[in-house]
Amino acid sequence: MEKLKQFTSSSLFLPIVALAVLLIFNAVFVDGFLHIQLTEDGRLYGRLIDILNRSSSLVILSLGMTFVIATSGIDISVGAVVAISAAVVCTFIGGRGDGIPEHPMVLAMLAAVGAGVVCGIWNGLLVAKFKIQAVVATLILMTAGRGIAQLMTEGQIITVYYKPFSYISGTIPGNILPTTIFIAAAMVLLVVFLMKKTSIGLFVQSVGINPTASRFSGINVTLVIFLVYAFSGLCAGVSGLIESSLIRAADANNAGLNMEMDAILAVALGGTLLSGGKFYIGGSVIGAITIQTLTTTMYALGVSADQLPVVKAIAVIAICLIQSKRCQEIFDKWKARHMQPDNPEEKAVNKA
Amino acid sequence: MKNLKKLLALLVTGLMLIAAAGCGDSAGSGSASKAASGSGSGGKQITMGFSQIGAESEWRTANTESIKQAAKDAGINLQFSDAQQKQENQIKAIRSFIAQGVDVIAFVPIVETGWDTVLKEAKDAKIPVIVVDRDVKLNDDSLYVAKIGTDSVAEGKKVFNWIDEYMAKQNKQPRSGNQYNVVILEGTVGSSVAIGREAGFKDAMAAAQDGSKYNILASQTGEFTRQKGQEVMESFLKSDRDKIDILFAQNDDMALGAIQAIEAAGLKPGKDITIISIDGVKGMFQAMIEGKSNCTVECNPLQGPLLMETAKKVLNGESVDKLVYVDEGIFPADVAEKTLPERKY
Repeated sequence: MEKLKQFTSSSLFLPIVALAVLLIFNAVFVDGFLHIQLTEDGRLYGRLIDILNRSSSLVILSLGMTFVIATSGIDISVGAVVAISAAVVCTFIGGRGDGIPEHPMVLAMLAAVGAGVVCGIWNGLLVAKFKIQAVVATLILMTAGRGIAQLMTEGQIITVYYKPFSYISGTIPGNILPTTIFIAAAMVLLVVFLMKKTSIGLFVQSVGINPTASRFSGINVTLVIFLVYAFSGLCAGVSGLIESSLIRAADANNAGLNMEMDAILAVALGGTLLSGGKFYIGGSVIGAITIQTLTTTMYALGVSADQLPVVKAIAVIAICLIQSKRCQEIFDKWKARHMQPDNPEEKAVNKA
Repeated sequence: MKNLKKLLALLVTGLMLIAAAGCGDSAGSGSASKAASGSGSGGKQITMGFSQIGAESEWRTANTESIKQAAKDAGINLQFSDAQQKQENQIKAIRSFIAQGVDVIAFVPIVETGWDTVLKEAKDAKIPVIVVDRDVKLNDDSLYVAKIGTDSVAEGKKVFNWIDEYMAKQNKQPRSGNQYNVVILEGTVGSSVAIGREAGFKDAMAAAQDGSKYNILASQTGEFTRQKGQEVMESFLKSDRDKIDILFAQNDDMALGAIQAIEAAGLKPGKDITIISIDGVKGMFQAMIEGKSNCTVECNPLQGPLLMETAKKVLNGESVDKLVYVDEGIFPADVAEKTLPERKY
C-alpha cells in the first residue's frame, strides 16, 4: 500500500496512466492490437513493435528537448536538423542504383550526427554566448535548415540502395527487434547514467530555476546552456539517421517535418514545465511513446483523413487535462462531495 | 576544449566536402526530345513571352526545360522570365511583354486570383494569352484563349481502368473473399490534385461493368510523402495483411514508402499486392524494374510541345479548345526498363 501511494504521487504516474488508458482503449477496440508474431525470417511483427519502432526517433528528440526546456529554453530547430542529418547521411552514402556506397557507412553516420552537433553548437552559441532568446535563435535554423538540406540533396529525394543502411531502422539479420529500439534505449540509458553519476542534472535544473543564483553558486551557466543545445543537436542528428533509414532516402522537404512540435508536446506530456526547472526524462520518453500510440490508434481505427487532426487534437486535450493539477483539484473536490456520503463504511475503514 | 576544437575542424571539413561534392555534377541533360518539329509557318518568326513561377521541384525544372526545348524545336523565339515565386514579378513580366509587343503570352500562374487587370491590358493590346499548368480564376474568361494542363480526374480514371484490365488479364484471384480489396493512400487533404485523382478513380469504379468486384477497404492520407505513406501502409497491413489485393497511391513517393512497409510485412510488393501510383518519377521506374511495383500513370510536366502547337494555331486564327490537356501516358512495369533512360524527371 505504501508502495502504491508512492507510485501514485510520483511524477511518472500521470503520464503512465495516460499511456495505459490509450493502450487499453486500443486493446479493446482494435482487433489484434496486442498480437505479436514471429515472422519466418525471425523478426517480431505487430502493432506494438511498430509503435516502439516509430516512436524511437521522437523519444531521442525529446531527450534533448527535455534538457533544453529544463533550462527554460526551447529548441524549435530540431525538425530541420533532422532533415540536415538525413541529407548528410544519404549524400555521403550516395544514391547509386547498384547498392555500392560512395563512402563507408560508419563515416556517413558520424558525419550526420556530427552535422547535428554542429547545428546544436550554433544554437548553443547564439543562446548561451550571445544571449539571443531561444525561440528566435533556433528559429533561424528552423527556417534555414531545410534550405541547407535542399542544397545538399540538390532539391531531389536521394534514395539509398545500399542494403546495410536499412539496418539502422530495420532489423539486423538475427535480431528480433528493430535496431531503432536499441538506439533509443542506449540514448535513454546514457542520459540516465549521466543523471545518476554526475551532477549535470542538478546544474541544468538550477540554471532553469534561477540562472543568477546558479552563477553565484559557481555554476558555469553559459557552458551548461551551451552544452544543453549541443546535446539537443546530437539527438536530432541521431534522429535524422533513423528517419532517413526508415524510408531509405533523404526527403529534405518532409524529413522531421513538425517533429519539433511533437517533441515539445512529448516533454510537456511528460510533466516538465515549459517554464523550466524540474524535469522528468522518464516522463518525456513516455510522452513520446504516447504521441506515436495516438497516431497509430487513429490509423488503426480508420479515422478518415479529413477528421484526423480534429480527433487527434481532442485526444491531446484530454491527455493534457488528465495531467493538469487544477483539473485534479476540481475532480478531487467533486469526488469529495459525491462519494463521501455514499461510502461511510469505506471512510471508517480508512480511518481505522 | 582542445579536443572539441579538433572535432569542430573535422566536422567543418566534412561539411565542405559535401558542398564540394554537391558542386560536382551539374552537367546538363540535353537529350534530344521528340517534340513536334517543323519550323514556324508563314516566314515571320513568332515571339512568345513566357513567365515561369520559378524553381520549385524537379518536376518544375522538367516543365521549364520542356518549354524551352519545344520553343527551339518549333522555331519560336522565347522570351523567358523567372518570377522567383512572386506574383508581382509575373505581372511585371507580362507588362513588359506587352510593351515589347510579343505575339503571344504564356504563363504559369503562381496563384489563382489577381490576374484580371494585367490580362485585360494584354487583351487591349490584342495579344493572346495562354495559361499553362495551373488554374486561374477570372471574372471574364475571354481574357485568355486557352488553358494547358494536367487532368487529375482523368489520371484517377486511368488508374482504375488499368487495374481492371490488369486483374482480368493476369487472371488474378482475390486473396480472400470474392472481391478485390483496394487500399488508397490519399494526397494532402483538400489539395485539388488529391480530390481530382480520388474522384476520377471512384467515378471510373462506379461506371465500370465489373466495378462491384472491387471494394475499397481503407483510405487514408499519406500527405504525398514517403514517410507517411510507409507509416499508413504499415497500419493497413496490420489490420488486413491477408486481404489487401491492390494499392492505389496518389503519388509515386507514397507508393515507394509503402513498398518498404509491404516488404517488412513479409509480402511481395507487385505480386501479392498489385501497386499502381501516379506521377512517373524516376524512382518509381527503378522500383518497377525491380518488380516491386506494377504501374505508374504519368502526370506530365512536358507541356512545351503542346503549348507551342496551341500558340501557332491561335496565331493562325484556328480555333482551339479552351481547355487543352497534355497527353499522359501509362507506364506498366514491363516497359519500365526501356523507358527509364528517356525519362526527364
